[in-house]
Amino acid sequence: MKIVVLVKQVPDSGEERTLRADDKTVDRDAATKRMNELDEHAIEEALKLAEANGGEVTLLTMGPGDATDTIRKALSMGPDKAVHVSDDALHGSCAIATSKVLAAALGKLEWDLVLCGAESTDGGVQALPHMLAERLGVGAVTGARKVTVEGATVTVERQTDEGYEVLQTEGPAIVSVWDTINEPRYPSFKLIMAAKKKPVESFALADLGVSADEVGLANATSQVLEFAPKPPRQAGVKITDEGEGGAKLVEYLASEKFV
Amino acid sequence: MADRLAPLGLLGADALLSDEERAIRDVARRIADEKVRPHIADWFERGTCPARELAKDFGAVGLLGMHLTGYGCAGASAVAYGLTCMELEAADSGVRSLVSVQGALAMYAIWRYGSEEQKSSWLPGMARGELIGCFGLTEPDHGSDPASMATRARRDGEDWVLHGAKMWITNAPIADVSVIWARSDAGVQGFLVPLDTPGVTANEITRKLSLRASVTGEIVLDDVRLPADAVLPGARGLKAPLSCLTEARLGIVWGALGSARDCLETAVDYACEREQFGRPVAAFQLTQAKLADMAVELNKGFLLALHLSRAADTGTLRPEMVSVGKLNNVREALAIARTCRTILGANGISGEYPIMRHAMNLESVLTYEGTSEIHTLVLGQALTGISAFT
Repeated sequence: MKIVVLVKQVPDSGEERTLRADDKTVDRDAATKRMNELDEHAIEEALKLAEANGGEVTLLTMGPGDATDTIRKALSMGPDKAVHVSDDALHGSCAIATSKVLAAALGKLEWDLVLCGAESTDGGVQALPHMLAERLGVGAVTGARKVTVEGATVTVERQTDEGYEVLQTEGPAIVSVWDTINEPRYPSFKLIMAAKKKPVESFALADLGVSADEVGLANATSQVLEFAPKPPRQAGVKITDEGEGGAKLVEYLASEKFV
Repeated sequence: MADRLAPLGLLGADALLSDEERAIRDVARRIADEKVRPHIADWFERGTCPARELAKDFGAVGLLGMHLTGYGCAGASAVAYGLTCMELEAADSGVRSLVSVQGALAMYAIWRYGSEEQKSSWLPGMARGELIGCFGLTEPDHGSDPASMATRARRDGEDWVLHGAKMWITNAPIADVSVIWARSDAGVQGFLVPLDTPGVTANEITRKLSLRASVTGEIVLDDVRLPADAVLPGARGLKAPLSCLTEARLGIVWGALGSARDCLETAVDYACEREQFGRPVAAFQLTQAKLADMAVELNKGFLLALHLSRAADTGTLRPEMVSVGKLNNVREALAIARTCRTILGANGISGEYPIMRHAMNLESVLTYEGTSEIHTLVLGQALTGISAFT
């Protein structure tokens, strides 16, 4: 079984993140970069499936040159190899352009299953698996808390607010996962040392047959017009109980959509 | 508040590490933060440690015997091993002791002096953390002077018979196998003694006020009969166990820095938040002088540890170099812990903060694996050519 895991390098969501003043894209230089947290769960699931069924796990990353740090870290969890799509023209690409590039890269790889995190902590669009599935003509089952593969049949428990739904598709397929699916392993010391010897193949746009005028900030389908820092926290609302405290409390909770 | 540098960020010493060393360090920090820190105050208070569970967690990432090669060991550098010890001891010295004794004493002794059969039957399970090892050199009446050891090994036909007692043995009450050093007609020799061998008893030493999250014991050997192949074929003379201690001391040189770093980080955070006389304690010059002096010592200790481990990696490390490291880094770590305690005032003695726990642990670290006095005399001998202790 051949599995490709989509891995994204993102600014650490635990820190203050900013946009660049010049082109209003994420300021990657100012941020500590790390692997998108949910991608660790996708890698863990891919490794488990490959361990159970035999097979190979390949990472696919689109990102600037320094995304190799994230690729090495991801490889130290156990995947066999990685593909890094990097091209200056990709800077500022929207989700639709990203899906075009990743679909082209996936077209160059052999795979039965693509796994990815349910969302990235920077963009949070959650739509990439569907875009890829559409472009590649395969099924997408998203938001999984459990994945089982039997033959070509992929069964997924999709996590919802109310509980879960059971979805089934015939592979090849794309599955996105939430953090409830597993507990990612620690990278082992041996694999950390082996990671730098694992093959990482690089693709530029030209290798994928994608033209520079289909991607990048200038061709993005969405645009950041303006942005402002989050306002400082307001002082809390104090309700003094003068006989109608309960009602006021409910009113407040309802106005904030807590109930 | 303006940005502040982490104490070990002062010299930018991170730049002296390779990507691989940093990656191993980060995993060690994560495992310490996730598997040890949330529970350590409680373990220490109750005088317990789930050593077997921790060993399995550590074994899964390849942390046990990580600097050894083959037999399921990771084959990492001495620097990576040191950084790992630092991260573990930043959580607690007792947990680092578990790892030091397993990897640098028990596994190292087997790896360096054992037969092929001994290595392949013990090391892989020990690397996975499924088998726990300990190391018996110190005796109730012979600490700094192991040459006077009373434990005897005599031949009886093909068998060996061991008689004596070992004291202050980390991991002994939970161990599967012990490397026991005993005097035979041929001099000091090492033996692999499974703890379930008839005649072996391992009693836990309780009422410790230091290293409470570490299991310590006494091993009594009452005419313990062992097969001929229990002896470590490569080890002859006291220099064999002493070489194991040199190996383990390198971990202590780094480990002590971890305790000190944790104390100093705690003290800086506290001093910046705690207000007296209307301003943070950190704003007082007396506090800043303490913090600055401690950070200077911490960073010097880091450079020293790094130098020693790089020397170990190139095969140029000499025992007296490790004595410099152990003497300095443990002494300074203890001084840092005590000074940090004063910055936290009364809160410094509370188990809610790690400082008093580190200070109590470091009292053991100062003494075990060569007391500070003996290391001082090792240096005295190196400088003068005259031995002051024999």
